[in-house]
Amino acid sequence: MFAEFLQYVFSGVTIGSTYALVGLGFAIIYNASHVINFAQGEFVMIGSMAAVFLSAAGIPMPLAILCAVALTILVGLALEKFAVEPAKNAEVVTIIIITIGASIFLRGLAQVIWDKEFHALPPFSGEAPFIIAGATILPQSLWVLGVTLVIVVALGWFFNRTLMGKAILATACNADAARMMGINTRFILLIAFGLSAMLGAIAGIIIAPITTTSYDVGVMLGLKGFVAAVLGGLGSAVGAIVGGLILGIAEAMAAGYISSNYKDAVPFVIILLILFFLPSGLFGARGTERV
Amino acid sequence: MFKTLVRKGAVIAAFALIGYGPVFAADDTIKIGSFLSITGPASFLGDPELKTLQLYIEKINAQGGVAGKKLELVHYDDGGDANKARTFVKRLIEDDKVDIIVGGTTTGTTMAAIPLVEQAQIPLISLAGGIEITEPVKKWVFKTPQSDRMAAIKVLNDMKKRGLTKVALISGTGGFGASGRKQTLDVAAKEGIEILADETYGPKDTDMTAQLTKIKNTPGVQAIFNFDFGQGPAIVTKNYAQLGIKLPFYESHGAASNSYIELAGAAAEGVRISASALLIADSLPANDVQKKVLVDYKKTYEDAFKSPVSTFGAYAYDGLMIATDAIKRAGSADKAKVRDAIEKTKNYVGATGVVNMSPEDHMGLDLSAFRILEIKNGGWKLVE
Repeated sequence: MFAEFLQYVFSGVTIGSTYALVGLGFAIIYNASHVINFAQGEFVMIGSMAAVFLSAAGIPMPLAILCAVALTILVGLALEKFAVEPAKNAEVVTIIIITIGASIFLRGLAQVIWDKEFHALPPFSGEAPFIIAGATILPQSLWVLGVTLVIVVALGWFFNRTLMGKAILATACNADAARMMGINTRFILLIAFGLSAMLGAIAGIIIAPITTTSYDVGVMLGLKGFVAAVLGGLGSAVGAIVGGLILGIAEAMAAGYISSNYKDAVPFVIILLILFFLPSGLFGARGTERV
Repeated sequence: MFKTLVRKGAVIAAFALIGYGPVFAADDTIKIGSFLSITGPASFLGDPELKTLQLYIEKINAQGGVAGKKLELVHYDDGGDANKARTFVKRLIEDDKVDIIVGGTTTGTTMAAIPLVEQAQIPLISLAGGIEITEPVKKWVFKTPQSDRMAAIKVLNDMKKRGLTKVALISGTGGFGASGRKQTLDVAAKEGIEILADETYGPKDTDMTAQLTKIKNTPGVQAIFNFDFGQGPAIVTKNYAQLGIKLPFYESHGAASNSYIELAGAAAEGVRISASALLIADSLPANDVQKKVLVDYKKTYEDAFKSPVSTFGAYAYDGLMIATDAIKRAGSADKAKVRDAIEKTKNYVGATGVVNMSPEDHMGLDLSAFRILEIKNGGWKLVE
């Protein structure tokens, strides 16, 4: 009984960490510009597909991973420079639609440059599962959890202890005031996109050995990461992480205890409930704006 | 003044000739229409299917075509989406005015096309496995893959032979998986097998440990049967290894491809599959009736595309060959005559099996079209 429950928790936390990383990407860009970047899922896809093809071309895995992440960061920066910046002071909704268009474009580009099949990355340290209290967990799952933890700590340090990180937080708080203090808010947005792209790519690479990857994994992962970000409170980094984990565990529990048919319905039911009853999410800033 | 008139007249005449040209050319070809899932979750089925059709149509044309005319392939990619498939089939029938359709990579896309071909009275040879495509028999619809009911019977028989009578079923909710699940549940009692667990998962799911955990904790389960195609079986197999489940594991012919072994990795070792003999063509005994066709197809495909052959491409090969053989026998591309000729196909040795069609059976294969293969050392081994 308990072993079963623990098994669901393990698989839930593993996939939940991926949602958390994707949700973090949404949160960072939203913070810097109030834009929801729907191409976030595509960063995940580009990271994992690039890693697969680079390592298939003969490049040793660690180097392939670094190059894949670098490539995704470049794509993220390019997206900001060529799709978002030219829109200048357009309405947020317009920019969101631009990112949706960009995601479709990136998906099509992936099909042409790579291919339309499913690919798997080899697990980082073997496939033999560990058995803990009757439930099994893959070494790769431990990698997922470990890397996520390291990233969360690193981001915490970055945002609170470095000038650049604080500048991003300042822009998130009040862009006009930040500009008046001499912060280049356009550059901040560029950094935010690059950072989100890096998070997405890492998420894609660490999960690919477990779930396989293909040109359209970005769609579902992007949507679920978005749900995680909203659940936690759009704009809150802690919220995105907690939201991601809750979402992953909820999905696994629903599949295990109710029925596997409803697994995909869970994130969408959650987002409806959140929007009805707690629109600012679990950790989001409560209150209303006074005009 | 006169010069410009002549020049204008020449230009108009030239355009008129060019305009009429295609009309003359069109009458001289037999148009084979196709809608395949080249992208999407069924892409590793649709891609070899398209390659096979293109390769063999080129070969046939190089040898003079069929009934004195060259073949022309008109194809569209439905991405595994039944709605898109419907739109493309409409286009094939009404705009491209094809003579016959060889296509429908998945059961879902085929079922969407059936009402259109029945209404337009044009023969359709489907490349999908769901039994509802040809049962109940529809006048204009045929198919080349073995039916899922046969796959289920073959697998359940093999299980019975090994003394495994209490089985857990895990299937995908897509057309093929759902149909396979229904067939397995239907024939289980008759074959003496008890289904103790019945789990499902969505076609794009990436984690089936929850469903497998439920199966693992169901007392008395002796074997697991997974019915699905595409990425589903690979993930189920990996999860099955991850959870440390040691029960015998069976897949349907939806996993009969080297991509499955590649994706599932070491976890696929020891898995048994009911599949056509194509994957072990080279190691078949010399007197096997299918050997020549299989070895030929395997060599031709692998030489042309430098990638391993797949049973899905073989469905397309059979579809094309049965179509052209019927056109030859009918003497023309007349839809009704070709349909009748397809229905009369007898003892046709295909890459999937020996085909004997009849008015009641528009698939024409029997249990001998299925062999049980086992994965050993990353490759296929014939068990029976």
